Amino acid sequence: MRRVNLPLSKEDILTLKAGEPVLLNGEIYTARDAAHKKLHELIEQGKELPFEIENATIYYVGPTPAKEGQAIGSAGPTTSGRMDPFTPELLDHGLKGMIGKGRRNAAVKESIVKNRAVYFVAVGGAGALLSHSIVKREPVAFEELLAEALTKLTVRDFPCFVGIDCEGNDIYDLD
Amino acid sequence: MKEISVRKIEDAIASMCGEIAVVYNSGIRNALLAAKEAETTEKASAVMDILIQNAEIAEKERIPICQDTGMAIVFLKIGQDVHLTDGSLNEAVNRGVERGYTDNLLRASVVADPLYERKNTKTNTPAVIYTEITDGEKVEVEIMAKGFGSENKSAVKMLTMADGEKGVIDFVCDTVEKAGPNACPPFVIGVGIGGTFDYCALLSKKALLREAGTHHSNEKFAELEEKLLERINELNIGPMGFHGKTTALAVNVEEAPTHIAGMPVAVNVCCHVCRHAKAVIE
Repeated sequence: MRRVNLPLSKEDILTLKAGEPVLLNGEIYTARDAAHKKLHELIEQGKELPFEIENATIYYVGPTPAKEGQAIGSAGPTTSGRMDPFTPELLDHGLKGMIGKGRRNAAVKESIVKNRAVYFVAVGGAGALLSHSIVKREPVAFEELLAEALTKLTVRDFPCFVGIDCEGNDIYDLD
Repeated sequence: MKEISVRKIEDAIASMCGEIAVVYNSGIRNALLAAKEAETTEKASAVMDILIQNAEIAEKERIPICQDTGMAIVFLKIGQDVHLTDGSLNEAVNRGVERGYTDNLLRASVVADPLYERKNTKTNTPAVIYTEITDGEKVEVEIMAKGFGSENKSAVKMLTMADGEKGVIDFVCDTVEKAGPNACPPFVIGVGIGGTFDYCALLSKKALLREAGTHHSNEKFAELEEKLLERINELNIGPMGFHGKTTALAVNVEEAPTHIAGMPVAVNVCCHVCRHAKAVIE
């Protein structure tokens, strides 16, 4: 299976094809509903974001608390569509990768193509298995949001599929 | 009259919360294994492999099957000859949920003030509690930990007599189609028919409590369940929406008498992580 390093290289972005299974390696940021709202507010106020968004990949996940000795608890993807209203803005600010599950709206697809980015889908309801591919978790911002806090993860061979490629092809519309 | 301490109810709830988060019930497990055999395409088979491996890891390592460990819905059936002792029943239920979620490191997913503040209550409480008074002198406690990726795709429609069986089938299939890949198929679909606007929704939730693979006791409704399952699986949404034969693992229908003018129908969509358990306290 194809291994892809993060942050995503231009070459990978241009050659990844919707439907392709991949193993992700490197650093990703966790952010879901509440964190997206906060990022949007920071952008609106012209303030600096709490992480380097240029070329970054965001994983839509709210994990369960980690047991002692583990990096993270159960950590599968949440429904990406809820982040759609906030996504084009983040892509315009340099975001290159997203990991979640489910369909994206037309505005997100358009922005993925315009900004040359990639949307990955992971298997929903497989949080125990996916937690094995997450080796480190560090707090970054919005800790008061608990499971919804923005954190940095290091992933090794994190299994997912290319959901929408940089040309706008969608895994859910393939035959 | 029988005295039952609410602490027993609290303990039962705490223990069930921890268990259902990491172990699939046997009906779903069997349905997942059958679905794995049925799928033939590369992507659908890959998804089923992952789900089955995930179930094994979850049970063995006691890591929740899914990070959305759900909102707790508690169904209480209290015998009318029972006297509950040791304090407030509702508080005991919520203490049970809090203990179950905190002790087992499950996710606190409940926010107070759903519109403005959306502040996490940190304990996954309050639970949604339905209390029913029945005959006898025991207490039945049933709990469901409902994930919201699928809850968000549920729907109610006020049909009428003229819509008939076709109307019900069309509405159920339409709801499942709209749920699509977002709600984590393969699904378990709960359907409530009859009652009122609100009661049919409760029936659809209660339908999810019935073990996958079992059928309604009335033959006509049992046939409707089979018809619905067949029609849903023809939608070709498939595991995780990657197309395939298994869009739903089971369809359970519950019905109740309704008004001469109406036929309310509710569809409660549940992902494959359909978590519920029951305890009887005597």
